[in-house]
Amino acid sequence: MIRFTKLARVASALITPLTPEDFLALFNPVYSSRQLRGVVTRVVRETEDSATIHFRPGHGWHGHQAGQWARIGVELDGVRHWRSYSLSNAAGHDPAITVKDAGAVSHVLVRDTKPGDVLFLAPPQGDFVLPEHPRSLLMLTAGSGITPVMSMIRTLVPRRPDADVVLINSNSTPEKSLFREELDELADQFPNLTVRHWFTSARGRLEFTAKAIADLCPDWRTRAAYACGPEGFLNAAEELWEREAALETARTVPSITAGAEAQSTRTGTLTIERFTTDLTAGAGHDGGLVTFEQSDREVQADGDTPLLDIGEDAGILMPSGCRMGICHSCLIPLRAGQVRDLRTGELHNEPGQLIQTCVSAAAGPVNLDL
Amino acid sequence: MTTTLTRPGALAASGHPLVRPDAAKHLTDEQVEELGRELDAVRDEILAKRGATDAAYIRRVIKVQRSLEFAGRGTLLFSKYKAAWVAGTAMLSVAKILENMEIGHNVLHGQWDWMRDPDIHSTTWEWDFVTPARSWQHTHNDLHHRWTNVIGKDRDVGYNLLRMDPDQPWRPFNLGNPLYNAILAPVFEWGIALYDLEIPEYKEGLKSKEAMNRDLKAVGVKVIKQFSKDYAATPAVAMLTGSGKQALYGTLAANAIRNFWAHAVIFCGHFPEGTDTFTEEEVEGETRGDWYVRQMIGSANISGSKFMHLMTGNLSHQIEHHCFPDLPSNRYAEVAVKVREICSRYNLPYTTGPLPKQVGSTWAKIFKLALPNRKPKTA
Repeated sequence: MIRFTKLARVASALITPLTPEDFLALFNPVYSSRQLRGVVTRVVRETEDSATIHFRPGHGWHGHQAGQWARIGVELDGVRHWRSYSLSNAAGHDPAITVKDAGAVSHVLVRDTKPGDVLFLAPPQGDFVLPEHPRSLLMLTAGSGITPVMSMIRTLVPRRPDADVVLINSNSTPEKSLFREELDELADQFPNLTVRHWFTSARGRLEFTAKAIADLCPDWRTRAAYACGPEGFLNAAEELWEREAALETARTVPSITAGAEAQSTRTGTLTIERFTTDLTAGAGHDGGLVTFEQSDREVQADGDTPLLDIGEDAGILMPSGCRMGICHSCLIPLRAGQVRDLRTGELHNEPGQLIQTCVSAAAGPVNLDL
Repeated sequence: MTTTLTRPGALAASGHPLVRPDAAKHLTDEQVEELGRELDAVRDEILAKRGATDAAYIRRVIKVQRSLEFAGRGTLLFSKYKAAWVAGTAMLSVAKILENMEIGHNVLHGQWDWMRDPDIHSTTWEWDFVTPARSWQHTHNDLHHRWTNVIGKDRDVGYNLLRMDPDQPWRPFNLGNPLYNAILAPVFEWGIALYDLEIPEYKEGLKSKEAMNRDLKAVGVKVIKQFSKDYAATPAVAMLTGSGKQALYGTLAANAIRNFWAHAVIFCGHFPEGTDTFTEEEVEGETRGDWYVRQMIGSANISGSKFMHLMTGNLSHQIEHHCFPDLPSNRYAEVAVKVREICSRYNLPYTTGPLPKQVGSTWAKIFKLALPNRKPKTA
């Protein structure tokens, strides 16, 4: 944000410990020295329960690659919550996310967001991106799994006549199918895109067998494949690709070491994007495996011992203070998993949330940033 | 921040301290336990209600404070005009008081951490006060709030300077008690910065050399920034309008006003007549209920208007703040009704009074304790 660095430095001397952003925020909420923010510019309803939210990010954002996602924070009853959403628009354009109303955060995004609202942001990231060199592609998507792939298609198809993309897009009904009209129009307009809609209400679940896929895309084996969708959909896709690779290895390759390399040249690779990394939470007082990520330590914890004690017993240098939940000296960011507040029983499972280790116990697996 | 005071583990699950303080002698273990449960319930009730309106409250206070800071300092740039000097100094004084008390003190307590907003968080906040936020959090949030009024443990009882309790041994040095306090008031922020360095602890070998060096460095950086902001940068810019000297007087006055005010309010927290201090025997074996009792009988409130509560950072609800240091300050007023009712039901003192009365009571104690204790009458 600071283009006039020198001026800002002079200003800082007058307002320390505040920053110029703290004052600019009085006039424009996009300013903050600690937290990347964006202002919603447009909200477009896509289907009955989904919407695309366009936003103008503040200083600190970098342009996304097609297929990447970003963490988006919104406030629910005064508390900031974060979720990750794929960016659905073409690379090089102002960012937009397409959100399906499926939980507390996405509900607020889809139903209550309006232009002018502030979104909290983290810069785009992710490896689910287009290959570096031109290849023929097969996209497999289900439900809102289309969002990162939509970004890829919008980026690639209109600009690269040499592209060759086949999309198999599974949805329950045409009405619930995100971007259906735009996809059909693109396919009409550009010969380098083929769209195969699969509606489960009419045809049942899309089976991941070599035959079923070949019916939709005969040369699927030669394509670099990308899949995004619910857990079951991705697992089925993975199994098919593994089965095919194993068959080929058995058929043609005598040496095991050569086999590993042969796989990548013969069957196309499958790149997948999962919506959630599933750390299954324990029920209440079960405790769980506590991982101190920076210290590279794992400790089994019961559900009633404060994480502070667990860490100290494991020889971790834990920040600590009053040990009774009042002084907030012991805060550590939660990386993943779930903890229970021993005073109230409240569960906390928001990645990035700072937790009071002196009054929190493991409620399922817990990863801590320490 | 790694002084090695012996830490008792968490509070005892049941039982009672070796000695229960006089004001609570009439209570049985069961009664104290029940009192603890009642106060826990008060806390839970607020946690359940806490939400968007509270978040809006602190953001509004911050917005008002920053606007006042901006306008006050801006006006001081033209302070060769008397009206500008008065208005600028007044706005800056109020901004500094709000920043230190209703915002800084409470944010640094973690009262607003639940919003998960990195801009308003105990781990990121730095305040317009000489002592670095992290040092203060250690001596205040951890040591003072845990050991509230325990002689020998809570050094806030007199800040290593004043004799504030008859149980502190008298030395000839204490004859200067009123004088020291009078000198401390206008430079309170510097006194606290010095206090937070924990020099006696360092001399006693309770604080490591590394910790001392780190704290010295932190306070040094902070001193330079704070000093140059108010006494160099602001007057320098004001010189452009020929108001350099007046602007310097303005920032000096604003800091002094804030210091007087903070000193007065903070000294009313634990020193007025009616507040108790404690021995180590009285905390040994303390349960949650006993901990609450100690916080309540060791603290004093200030009665007054809503504006008064705002300007004291709700430390006018010191009793409630000490029971629940990390509940948002805007909720203390409603908590106070319940805490007061609980105190009266359990027949415990609940000390409160208007500011002049509490300030007078504190000063009376400071004068009285300048002299040695009178010999107890023989029974």
